[in-house]
Amino acid sequence: MTHLFEFLLRQGDNALVLGHRTSEWCGTAPALEEDIALANTALDLIGQTQLWLGYAAEVEGAGRSANDLAFLRDAYDFRNALMLEVPNEDFGRALMRQFLFDAAQVPWLDALQGSSDSRVAEIAAKSVKEARYHLERSADTVIALGDGTEDSNRRMGAALTYLWPYAGEMFADDSTDRAMREADVAPLPSEIRPAWQSKVEETLGLACLTWPVSDFAHSGGRSGARHTEHLGHMLATMQVLQRSYPGAGW
Amino acid sequence: MPLDTAISEAKVWAWLDQVPDPEIPVISVVDLGVVRGVEVEGGAVTVTLTPTYSGCPAMAAISLDVETALAREGVTSVTIKTRIAPPWTTDWMSDAGRAKLEAYGIAPPQAAGGPKRCPHCQSTDVEKVSQFGSTPCKAQWRCRDCLEPFDYFKCI
Repeated sequence: MTHLFEFLLRQGDNALVLGHRTSEWCGTAPALEEDIALANTALDLIGQTQLWLGYAAEVEGAGRSANDLAFLRDAYDFRNALMLEVPNEDFGRALMRQFLFDAAQVPWLDALQGSSDSRVAEIAAKSVKEARYHLERSADTVIALGDGTEDSNRRMGAALTYLWPYAGEMFADDSTDRAMREADVAPLPSEIRPAWQSKVEETLGLACLTWPVSDFAHSGGRSGARHTEHLGHMLATMQVLQRSYPGAGW
Repeated sequence: MPLDTAISEAKVWAWLDQVPDPEIPVISVVDLGVVRGVEVEGGAVTVTLTPTYSGCPAMAAISLDVETALAREGVTSVTIKTRIAPPWTTDWMSDAGRAKLEAYGIAPPQAAGGPKRCPHCQSTDVEKVSQFGSTPCKAQWRCRDCLEPFDYFKCI
């Protein structure tokens, strides 16, 4: 597996897994406007998935398509960050996760626009516009709920506590990241952390939430070595049609 | 073949200007700015399209509608290319398209990030209901004067 293929799977799988989790709100969100907003966010993410995994499939050159990569790989072949695969639990956690991801994704995609790989740069330029729009909304919602009622503040705090140990993985560099940095395809994820941190600090302050003390970070999602038990359950739902009726199309 | 039946780029653009956007049929795909290029070689036509939002489900319908419209005009060889760079922007929407949107009840995109006025009563006293709307390209707003809700075409 080449580093570029691995790198592209990480981009595509992040968008796919969060896109699927977000799509689980369709028809069940707390208000109609939120339902529509979440469905549209999911749609953007699935669109970005098609671009990333489409390019990944070309780079791999094994005759697989973006659909094959999405629907016919098992959990240990996925390369998404762990934070994106844990269950939604409640609206607060879903929006806190979206915010923690968006705050990293905006500076990350912004930097990828200058990639030495022109396809990566093109996909990033397309996606960053959508990510900026998502960040505007997720940050606003985190502030509104954090600085809301006693109950909404408590639930946003609980969401932050739950997600925090998963957030650090987004910025942990490994050999693939260093190879991409060497080739000027992408910055190191750790180089994005300061921009993320300042946005998160600012937003949590406005949301009356406290920056968590521990810097402990789970790992294993981006490498595929140790996903949580939740990914397999999610894939069982997401992939059931292609697994049951291989090759089924519209 | 007599000269006046030959396919020209100008003719193809005019035909495409008759193809309505599947989600907002009051504007054409040319008004929307998703048609980025037309090439004619003999009888073969290549149309380059750019997606509005990367997951916009209307893109598949637009490709099909473009092919169908050209086939109706007698073009037998149509190739649809997708191009994502430079990314689509609402700056590419035509002035005619903006006017048609407003007349239809959708506030056209504004660089300031919100609608200039209510498309129903022209009041400037408007407020945002939600950043997202019935399609990826729209947000929901409301007029505080006539109290009507309306779609606003997001500016990106």
